[in-house]
Amino acid sequence: MDLTNDQVSRYSRHLIMPEVGVEGQERLLSSRVLCIGAGGLGSPLTLYLAAAGVGHLGIVDFDVVDFSNLQRQIIHSEDNIGVLKVESAKERLHELNSDINIETYNTRLNSENAMDIFKDYDLVIDGTDNFATRYLVNDACVLLGKPNVYGSIFRFEGQVSVFDAERGPCYRCLYPEPPPPGMVPSCAEGGVLGILPGIIGAMQAAEAIKLIINKGTPLIGKLLFLDVMEMKIRELKLQKDPNCPICGDNPTITKLIDYEEFCGIGRGADEPAEDSADIEIGVDEFNDIISNNKNVSILDVREPHEYEICKLNGSKLIPLGELPSRINELDTADEIVVHCHHGSRSLQATRFLKHMGFKKVKNLRGGIDAWAEKYDPSMPRY
Amino acid sequence: MKVKVILFAYIRENIGFKEREIEIKEATKVGELWNEFKNQLPRKNNLRVLFAVNEKYVNEDEELKEGDEVAFIPPVSGG
Repeated sequence: MDLTNDQVSRYSRHLIMPEVGVEGQERLLSSRVLCIGAGGLGSPLTLYLAAAGVGHLGIVDFDVVDFSNLQRQIIHSEDNIGVLKVESAKERLHELNSDINIETYNTRLNSENAMDIFKDYDLVIDGTDNFATRYLVNDACVLLGKPNVYGSIFRFEGQVSVFDAERGPCYRCLYPEPPPPGMVPSCAEGGVLGILPGIIGAMQAAEAIKLIINKGTPLIGKLLFLDVMEMKIRELKLQKDPNCPICGDNPTITKLIDYEEFCGIGRGADEPAEDSADIEIGVDEFNDIISNNKNVSILDVREPHEYEICKLNGSKLIPLGELPSRINELDTADEIVVHCHHGSRSLQATRFLKHMGFKKVKNLRGGIDAWAEKYDPSMPRY
Repeated sequence: MKVKVILFAYIRENIGFKEREIEIKEATKVGELWNEFKNQLPRKNNLRVLFAVNEKYVNEDEELKEGDEVAFIPPVSGG
């Protein structure tokens, strides 16, 4: 493949470095890279890969652009609120570089479609936002022998690695099992500094480019941590686990599994599945309770800064993390409704309180957000 | 003997510090030390974290030595 004059001009800053050069640029132009997620991580990494001239860029996402995405998902714009993320991303990437092919998959990645979508790509970049998809991406990459450029974020901290089971550990070598459901706050629950996925996504793009041009030292067998608050980078040497269920010596996982079930979506891993129904109430039932003036205590387990944004009248704030040490502020005889933002932290709190002997405690399903949506349109939603 | 414990992400809030020097018994295993911290999570659960001693991945049976830097790294999934 010979570079056109336009390509020479566009990629000249790559071409004049021997580490990339014409050969490296041609590799980029003939490469096929799949990005899972067009959100916080997917935005910077697809922008930089498109700019770098990755010839065929695949993007998987099922979601639409929301106003609250714009704080960090810089590929999208105000004009595209409500538009499919893959369409919004494709539009912007085409403006940036019309010389490359962009293939979009407006679908939720699952065990049925993953192998088929992955098989035509050289490498996969994990920019997803949940554990079920992360395990799915890992397993599909191991089974197909493709490198998985991993990035993940929480508030002010990010992680980056390259999982290539043929040359080093995979994600399951690090974390063989997912955390208990509801234990780990998502970006929607825990928040995230908008710039953080910008840095981590750009690091993933750098790793992808190094793998494609086969230069430098990839983050295989290493996990890099960034703490933006300290602006400190740590690197951890990893080991391949010989007992890894998918890339170890005697793998027990030989095809994709049901990842939603594996991650126990919607229930506690150590609780029966039907358990949450009888300790939860919806916003309608909650409305009945408070409008009948029933003597009920409202416990808010969000963080103080969330309480400042909006709160329910007469509610008591005890953040989830402080609940064990402040439990004596509550009366086991009281009828208590526990709520948080969307209902996941408060479900943990409700189970904890039940366990500690509180009999009349219920979780408000959907949290204060569901309440605001249906019963209090004046309340700010975040 | 003394070791330095570093916590990452959300378990900092659950357990209440980011970095701390603590006193432990000789030959404590890293898994045993984690079990003590695990009890301080919001409810009893099986959160599995990554263990690192002096910036190197170790398994739960690694015995700690005076002055070691122990990191507990929980999985995060944001993107």
